[in-house]
Amino acid sequence: MIGVVDYGCGNPGSVLSMLRRIQLPARRVREDAEFEGCDRFVLPGVGAFDDVVTRFRASGLDAELGRRVLEQRAPLLGICVGMQMLADASEEGVEPGFGWVPGQVRHLSHIVPAETRLPVMGWQYIEERSGALFPTDEDTRFYFVHSYYFEVDFDADLALVASTPGFPPAAVRRGNIVGTQFHPEKSHRFGMALLNWFGQWEPDA
Amino acid sequence: MRTFRKRVIPTLLVDGRRLVKTRRFADPTYIGDPVNTVRIFNEKQVDELVVLDIGASRGGRGPQLDLLAEMAEEAFMPLAYGGGVRSVSEVRAILSLGFEKVILNTATHSDPSFVTEAARTFGRSTVVGSMDVRRKSLGRQELVSAATNRLGSDPIAEARRLESLGVGEILLQSVDRDGTLSGFDLELIRLVAGAVKIPVVAAGGAATVTDLVAGVKAGASAAAAGAMFVFRGPHRAVLISYPTDDDLSGLG
Repeated sequence: MIGVVDYGCGNPGSVLSMLRRIQLPARRVREDAEFEGCDRFVLPGVGAFDDVVTRFRASGLDAELGRRVLEQRAPLLGICVGMQMLADASEEGVEPGFGWVPGQVRHLSHIVPAETRLPVMGWQYIEERSGALFPTDEDTRFYFVHSYYFEVDFDADLALVASTPGFPPAAVRRGNIVGTQFHPEKSHRFGMALLNWFGQWEPDA
Repeated sequence: MRTFRKRVIPTLLVDGRRLVKTRRFADPTYIGDPVNTVRIFNEKQVDELVVLDIGASRGGRGPQLDLLAEMAEEAFMPLAYGGGVRSVSEVRAILSLGFEKVILNTATHSDPSFVTEAARTFGRSTVVGSMDVRRKSLGRQELVSAATNRLGSDPIAEARRLESLGVGEILLQSVDRDGTLSGFDLELIRLVAGAVKIPVVAAGGAATVTDLVAGVKAGASAAAAGAMFVFRGPHRAVLISYPTDDDLSGLG
């Protein structure tokens, strides 16, 4: 059972809808009791960094998710700002991140060509970096919408990059935690393939 | 190696429970069932969908949340909705159905502070400012914003106004080209895209992939089309279509 954490930011409904379509058992997690019976978790997030982090902390769900992910090693998929808030900090705000994946969230203007209009919105083809995250092919593309990106401290934590030169990390992975800058729940069959992979993922201890 | 390409976005107009297509913002032609059409576009793996309720603002009745919920359930791609959205709670309700963006037009004039509040609350990329532009003959041709016709506002000023309100994207609609399949108003796209730093979505007139490419070459970050994706042939027979990803490689 996949628990989709619902703390009032982002769109758990879209994630649940896609999980339903690919017939993976899933449930919305809004309170601690609803973690029970879930063996892996999706953490969505959309909005300004400080708002999202503050709302997640205020929900109180961060403690139980941390216990399950950091102590019991349950697989976690963070999406968009749900991934970004796993970093140590973000240039977008002053609130500290959760520090579950060492790194910083930085503004895209540091790396993309100067003429790039922000926010970046659109589909990117991707390339794999550190080992096989999940099966991809040359058609694999995902939907991105963002002005900030996750810069990992350790190259080994970089899992996918956009195939466009100069564009940022697309996904990070550290142990049992994976995070995507893109929105799998809005990426057609490519997102379904990723969620299917996540549903069966057995991270190395 | 394939790289980032600009988005190609079918625009769906709903009027009540009917999917329609207009010409120059008038004469709506019945196309079919909106939910079924979303299902077809989903199968065709479109980049994104824009849904505009053309009766919502005019009739003062606001968004049809039940219809939007049915559409969202069939769509595994980004969705944007416009039509009669007037409050933060309405934006929240639409986003919770599975839409990524709301498109604001009337409200940008009647309640600009709401636009800014929505962008701050939900993130800039969630709020799209829409502007409808008509060419007007007064001696020589000039461009005026349809919505602010009486104010005589020009499209550059209007685009900058929307940007300053905090929207993350502009949907730029040419009223004169709408439904005519005569190509984008490229001069208009150049003017508006050159005036702002945020992405501009061109809409109105595209008939072919060549038109879409011309639109992004003129400065648009995405190309939207209605008639191109719902009609086929000179008699405008209804047929839902969408180019393949390979066909769209020119939009890099």
